Amino acid sequence: MRYIPHTQEDIEAMLKTIGAASVDELFDGVPENLRHRELLPLPAALPEPELRKELTELAQMNQSVSQRKNFLGGGAYHHYVPSVIAPLVKRGEFLTAYTPYQPEVSQGTLQAIFEFQTMVCELTGMEVANASNYDLSTACPEAIMMAARINNKKKVLVARSTNPQYRDVIRTYFHSLDFEIEEVNFGSDGRVDADDLNQKLDDSVCALLVQSPNFFGVIEDMKSLGSKTKDLPALFISATPDPLAFSFYSPAEAGADIAIAEGMSFGLGLNYGGPYLGLFATKQEYIRQMPGRIVGQTEDTKGRSGYVLTFSTREQHIRREKATSNICTNQGLCALMASIYLSLLGPAGLESLAKLNFSRRDLFETEIKKTTPNAVVFSAPKFNETVVKLDQSVAQKVIALGKDGFLPGIDLSSFYPELENHLLVCTTEMNQEVDIKMLASRLVGA
Amino acid sequence: MKSKEGTVYKQSRKGRQGFSINDRAVADKNISDYLPKDLIRTNKARLPELSEFDVVRHYTRLSQQNFAIDTNFYPLGSCTMKYNPRINEETSSYDGFANTHPWQYQHTVQGNLKLMYELGESLKTITGMAGVTLQPAAGAHGEFTGLLCIRAFLENQGNPRKKVIIPDSAHGTNPSSAKLCGYDIVKIPTGPEGIMDVAAVAKVMDEDVAALMVTNPSTLGIFEKNIKEIADLVHDKGGFVYCDGANMNAVMGNVVVADLGVDCLHFNLHKTFTTPHGGGGPGSGPIVVSELLEPFLPKPVIKKTNEGRYVAEFDRPQSIGRVRAFFGNFGMLVRAYTYIRELGPEGIKQVSDMAVLNANYIRARLKDHYSLAFEAPSMHEVVFSDKSLKGTKVKTLDVAKRLLEFGMHAPTIYFPITVSGALMIEPTETENKETLDEFCETMIQIAKEAKESPEKLTEAPQNTFRSRLNEVKAVREPVLREQW
Ligand SMILES: Cc1ncc(COP(=O)(O)O)c(C=O)c1O
Repeated sequence: MRYIPHTQEDIEAMLKTIGAASVDELFDGVPENLRHRELLPLPAALPEPELRKELTELAQMNQSVSQRKNFLGGGAYHHYVPSVIAPLVKRGEFLTAYTPYQPEVSQGTLQAIFEFQTMVCELTGMEVANASNYDLSTACPEAIMMAARINNKKKVLVARSTNPQYRDVIRTYFHSLDFEIEEVNFGSDGRVDADDLNQKLDDSVCALLVQSPNFFGVIEDMKSLGSKTKDLPALFISATPDPLAFSFYSPAEAGADIAIAEGMSFGLGLNYGGPYLGLFATKQEYIRQMPGRIVGQTEDTKGRSGYVLTFSTREQHIRREKATSNICTNQGLCALMASIYLSLLGPAGLESLAKLNFSRRDLFETEIKKTTPNAVVFSAPKFNETVVKLDQSVAQKVIALGKDGFLPGIDLSSFYPELENHLLVCTTEMNQEVDIKMLASRLVGA
Repeated sequence: MKSKEGTVYKQSRKGRQGFSINDRAVADKNISDYLPKDLIRTNKARLPELSEFDVVRHYTRLSQQNFAIDTNFYPLGSCTMKYNPRINEETSSYDGFANTHPWQYQHTVQGNLKLMYELGESLKTITGMAGVTLQPAAGAHGEFTGLLCIRAFLENQGNPRKKVIIPDSAHGTNPSSAKLCGYDIVKIPTGPEGIMDVAAVAKVMDEDVAALMVTNPSTLGIFEKNIKEIADLVHDKGGFVYCDGANMNAVMGNVVVADLGVDCLHFNLHKTFTTPHGGGGPGSGPIVVSELLEPFLPKPVIKKTNEGRYVAEFDRPQSIGRVRAFFGNFGMLVRAYTYIRELGPEGIKQVSDMAVLNANYIRARLKDHYSLAFEAPSMHEVVFSDKSLKGTKVKTLDVAKRLLEFGMHAPTIYFPITVSGALMIEPTETENKETLDEFCETMIQIAKEAKESPEKLTEAPQNTFRSRLNEVKAVREPVLREQW
């Protein structure tokens, strides 16, 4: 076994030092009736050449987005990943370090997180950010629990236009706690229905969580939503699935108390859904209620600037059941990838990329409307995604288009019964204009 | 090495850019051409401006300020800092895995589903358990998921119960996860042998207790030899046994946890199964469960049909629901699967054999120089207390910092909280004897210095990138982001 260095002589010498006759004897602490003596019925070991072959074949059983024309989004966005990211994060010094418990020999990781926190604050406009959460879906319940610690309320309003998978996660987390989760419907323009919200919002509400751009790609009027919670105890939680939206949207300016986002767009790649990256930011006054790790700047004994994990009295290793969250290992390397991505992008790149994404979606909507103006069902401004009403079942279309190499979009009917025959189509800078035009014509054309 | 690397913001110069994109089509456009003004932010996000090479050099330099497994011995107890095979990095980056979309129709991702199914089967085989989910993103997330399954089962029977029993030596995530599931924590003390005391469990076990959380081997590196008896006790009162599997590296191939009466266990793939820890994740925390708990697993569950197709099964009426979007940290699953396929059944056993050998070797060489926290046999890690340091001017922290000067990472010192000044040493199976010898000799020298020249310890580390950092200042005068 190439990962284990022990020679027979090593083993004998070590056993002698230990004073044991065999390795088996070292397991004497395990009662005999609990020892397992047979080999486990696992698949046989593979040497590297066969291993590579086996994994290559498995990978080839998939159709990747590089081989297909991908129009799937829904919380996982196909953006370009610059070539620089992988070689940097695969450096063993980053890749194989643990959480920076010994700051004197972990300044690389710590400074990178500090820079990441700065970028997240800039993007969201918020005052403080943590070192990451698992992803946006899990950041949602974490943000709600944080709100509950601040205002001690138990009723939560979640926009129904939030990714259905995120809403599932929220339900799972709060099922066992004594919380009431209520959904706020969307109106005909695809945005949160203000009347429904006004009816449900009162001073018993703990938090209002709204995703923008929402699951339909519709950009919510976050400023007006934010203003509704202003004079109430409720905290306003802003959730952003593609952080490229921070090129035009600032949660802080919308009055968000907690801003969370999915960071996978920033150079992580699709990876069939993970690892992804939860961005989490809030106001300075709430820092002691924030979940997750935080890095702060300080000095060493020689007066040199350096970084440490700080405000750890919130965390599980110190506070145990009183901690603000059970999170321990987070998404460190993914935060590093996002930082590298953003350092490459810069403010000009962020804007160009956003414009390119806007233009691709505009093209798609224009093409659809050429033949079928009312197929684009939501009228409010959108980013990346567009809901299209088909004249037949989505499943049939998907099969037909699949034969021509398309991954055409997400079927909305199982999440929203009223959106039967509605397809959610995502366009990014990775979609060629010809493919966008072809998809549009195939979806609504004769 | 440069003694200082300015932040990426300090290095920013207006007009530089390291990103390459064909934006000709939108060069003359403004965001306001696409959006009404009232939806556009007033203050733009300030991001740093650097060339691609500036970025490469910056992050390369930062990396050089780190200790890591690749560069240094890293005996961080409970964290299983073993070699992370490079083939795992290769396979997980294959186009067919890395560039598949989580909303893809199942017939287009049969390779992914098969990999997840097979990995799940292997994890079930290793533990003898009936069901598995790969959805949790880390160990703590796995704890939460497992306890929710237990809670769902009990709730289904009419009473979710109120309490979870947790030994005082447990990792902090255990009580924190139990609380998150709505349970009160009943703490039980470690017995004189360093393991759970059957009588102590019996005393608190009643029909209000949903589960007992146990780490086996415990965080003291000791096998809980009364586990079966304790499990019977818990089961008799209708409770469940949750096992924190962070220490599976000690026993896999030698103990099948289903035999111990365990109902649910989480793995840390980023410990036992070599997915890199990345300076704080991403991890992956699959859980395996007994037959009783299987219907309650998060959905979807990956299944193989009679025709040999792989499916993500959503129709699971008793499921607790999702604990995370999509399928978990899939990239980590590819790495773990690659590792298990490389090892095979002999390799799996050899891993725990050699992990236990290495820890016992360190124990044998150091036990006359440091105080063992408990005399009971050690498994894959050995825990010393600060008893031998009493009467000197140094603390465990100082020993840890002095080690850094010798180019070795410190053991875990922040827990178990039940051991005064704990030094929790986990060498792992991938370290060779020469490294262990060098470590032991260094530790022996440090023990001597503690008595003879304590300032060498209390002033350490001097030759590292930074000396001790002022943590009080970090909280009193918080600087949590770059100001410029
Ligand atoms: C014993 C033990 N339990 C649980 C955990 C939590 O696992 P994770 O950090 O993956 O959430 C850890 C590691 O940090 C641990 O050492």
